[in-house]
Amino acid sequence: MRSTIARRISQGFFLALFLWFCIVSSVGMALWQLRGWPVDWFLQLDPLVALGTALTTWSLPGELWWALVTITLTLVLGRVFCGWICPMGTLQQIVGWWGNRRKPVAEMVALNRYRPAQGIKYIVLAVLLGGAALGLLQTGLLDPIPLAQRSVSLVVLGVVDGPLAWLAVAPRHYEESVLLGAVFLGLVLMCLRIPRFFCRFLCPTGALLGLLSRFSVWRIGKNTNPCHDCHLCDRYCEGACTPAGAIRTGECVMCMNCLDGCAVHATMTYATEPSAGGVDDVPDVTRRALLTAAGAGLVTVPLLRLTGRGSANWNPGLIRPPGSLEEAEFLGRCLKCGQCMRVCPTNVIQPAGLQFGASALWTPALNNRAGTSGCQLNCVACGRACPTGAIRALTLNEKQGRGAFKAAGPVRIGTAFLDRGRCLPWAMDRPCIVCEENCPVTPKAIHLEEEFRTVRGGSLTVAGVTAGTLRVVGASLVPDRYATGDFFCVLAGSGARRRITGNTESELVLDPSARWTARPAAGAAAAIQVRLQKPRVDSEACIGCGVCEHECVVNGLRAIMVSAENESRSDEHALAVRTKA
Amino acid sequence: MTNGDGGQTRREFLMRSARAAAAVAVTWAGGAWLWRRGRRTGQAPIAAGAVIPNFSVPSAGKRMAIVTGADRLKTVGRALEGVGGISAFIKKGDRVAIKVNAAFATPAMLSATTNPELAAELVRLCLAAGARSVAVLDNPINDAESCFALTGIGEAVRKAGAQVIMPREGLFRRVTLAGGRLIRDWPAFTEPLARADKLIGVTPLKHHSRSGASMTMKNFYGLLGGRRNRFHQDINGIIMELAQLVRPTFVVLDGTTAMMTNGPTGGSLADLKATNTMIVSTDPVAADAFGATVLGNRASDLPYIGRAAAAGAGIADFESLKPMRARV
Repeated sequence: MRSTIARRISQGFFLALFLWFCIVSSVGMALWQLRGWPVDWFLQLDPLVALGTALTTWSLPGELWWALVTITLTLVLGRVFCGWICPMGTLQQIVGWWGNRRKPVAEMVALNRYRPAQGIKYIVLAVLLGGAALGLLQTGLLDPIPLAQRSVSLVVLGVVDGPLAWLAVAPRHYEESVLLGAVFLGLVLMCLRIPRFFCRFLCPTGALLGLLSRFSVWRIGKNTNPCHDCHLCDRYCEGACTPAGAIRTGECVMCMNCLDGCAVHATMTYATEPSAGGVDDVPDVTRRALLTAAGAGLVTVPLLRLTGRGSANWNPGLIRPPGSLEEAEFLGRCLKCGQCMRVCPTNVIQPAGLQFGASALWTPALNNRAGTSGCQLNCVACGRACPTGAIRALTLNEKQGRGAFKAAGPVRIGTAFLDRGRCLPWAMDRPCIVCEENCPVTPKAIHLEEEFRTVRGGSLTVAGVTAGTLRVVGASLVPDRYATGDFFCVLAGSGARRRITGNTESELVLDPSARWTARPAAGAAAAIQVRLQKPRVDSEACIGCGVCEHECVVNGLRAIMVSAENESRSDEHALAVRTKA
Repeated sequence: MTNGDGGQTRREFLMRSARAAAAVAVTWAGGAWLWRRGRRTGQAPIAAGAVIPNFSVPSAGKRMAIVTGADRLKTVGRALEGVGGISAFIKKGDRVAIKVNAAFATPAMLSATTNPELAAELVRLCLAAGARSVAVLDNPINDAESCFALTGIGEAVRKAGAQVIMPREGLFRRVTLAGGRLIRDWPAFTEPLARADKLIGVTPLKHHSRSGASMTMKNFYGLLGGRRNRFHQDINGIIMELAQLVRPTFVVLDGTTAMMTNGPTGGSLADLKATNTMIVSTDPVAADAFGATVLGNRASDLPYIGRAAAAGAGIADFESLKPMRARV
């Protein structure tokens, strides 16, 4: 079998596997939903994920050791990860092939020439690793696996499945879809003009593997057969690594197309000997440029610290998923891969925009207005999906503060605050308490204060009474307005109260099962009162799940809203003193 | 390919393989070193708590003096004599820390902060008693530099020979009160205390909305860092714990001009009253128990006094100390 055929099979397999993992990262009963698939596997294979996390945490958490396999493969075989496995590379290769398939050889050779701008990716890598060295992980912005994962999971699946509704009962929403989609589409469509645009110019992971590939044992090169300078090897060269001349090993993505192109002369080989045409395995950037870039990356960290967002000026609107680490540690681990957002059954986890600061872009933040019902009490899916432990993998016991975690209490992600100026019972004398009913914790964090309040225009004068009715002076009542069961007739003197079951313009029909203890006389004062249950929040019981906010009837700016105060992950954000062991 | 070339190529191949193998070995060794089972390495252990030394001087005994008079320098001098003289507490070569109340950036005449002349007089007395150095400190509520400048404390104590220690972040350590409920792993302004042999607390007698009165025990709230306002939810508890955490050499409660209302900030001369009382005590609980009476309360009106006494931080029944009383 030709090696390019094998490569295409490999690419097809891994792309399909990748898409499958994106699809199955979903909680549900269907066969295609989470059933122990290793959905993190591509992220684990990604050497930049491992290196970035190692720099920020000085550890290689979980299954990130898979990256060692990728590195080993590269050290032995070259950048096969880029050419044979990476789904982002495969997508670009498909689009690049489609866009350029009719071009003549000379144009293709020109298209696939080496460009000095290919050095930019090394600069990108240096900047990102500079930041990581001081604890800020931003590699996920351009790292192809997290980039592809969030783009496919959030945007591609969302766009495709929106009208089909195969994958989700209700259409999924992601606030940042426009920017996410634009970046992904832009990068992929650029391949119509320049094949593997992203790989060649921007990909930091490719840059990292390019640096490693100078050690590789097997490489593409020329043997000593005479080369006829036909440049057919350049024609479909994915890496733009000048196989016809002195090959730039660091740029070669092992597409093997040059071997096909050279089938007649059999000069191109994949072998252990250095290329007879010469080898250039040093990246096309100066050491000074790399150091400057790394320095610039380092400076971003104190620059971001200057915003104060990490300390006094923290943004309480940023609600992280349950189990998230303290913010600085969180930003040292979050890849912005979007897996938590994809897996979240209620769609409440959203990619953050720039409102929470540049460093939080596309990291997970809860928006209780979005999605179907806040953060579910009996769900720990996001932490299970997080590949780096930025969101810890909680058990339900730990999340809810049961069993061994009883002393520690539940994991709180924020606190609900009631706006009494907007709440219907508090501000507008309308019974409601949807928030209290939906509060999922036991005992409920939202409790009620009962009040009987005279309604507007509800002060009346008694005109006459029968056993079951009370006639009032005047005819100003709206018929049956007070028939809902929430309204009562109260006598001024005795305070005796009877439920109203109906009314005309001038008569109240009263609950026949009750009687007046003293029959009110004509001319006595009476009032129509509404029974209100006014919600209050118990901050010790509230876990910040946001179901109340989601369900609040005041559906614009909610009357009850969760913000991150009292979140468990930060002692600084506590409301009361936390007693620690 | 010639044999010679083959030999050359083989050597190169071996060299390259060796380099690749070395790189693979380094990769896996590094990976093994960094690898952690599970995605999360557990919460960072709480840093070992710093300890605030006990600055009391047992040889000086439990003593208290109450001196009435309008002139602070005279009353504080007489009161110090009444508790055995400054030399009973400050020895030659001592490094003395003075915790003033510089909480607000307001002028001294509003009596929301320690009187600068009183603070300066204590500095002079300590230096005269042979102290090697005197450090004046507080972690105020308002901007620290502004507080020490506008209250006049900074200039007055520097002129008297003391050094003002600003609450820089690096001077805080996390402290835990053994058996405490509130002060656990909490940042406190401890580094100047770690470098001191004696600690004096000097504070004005003030009304305090939340706790009733801000006196010598409450003064040590100003050693706490972090979001300490959280402790207002249990104000009596925190003052009791502070009394257990901080054991000063002696305290000076300045009731020359007491803030009777709108404390702890005040802001108007109408909030003040000339109560002409100076208290010096080795026991902050006793000092505060008496101070409460100057403000027109009973000690039992202020729950933290009884709780601090019950916790063993001092004696609420100040009369049992047989305070020296004088008028100057």
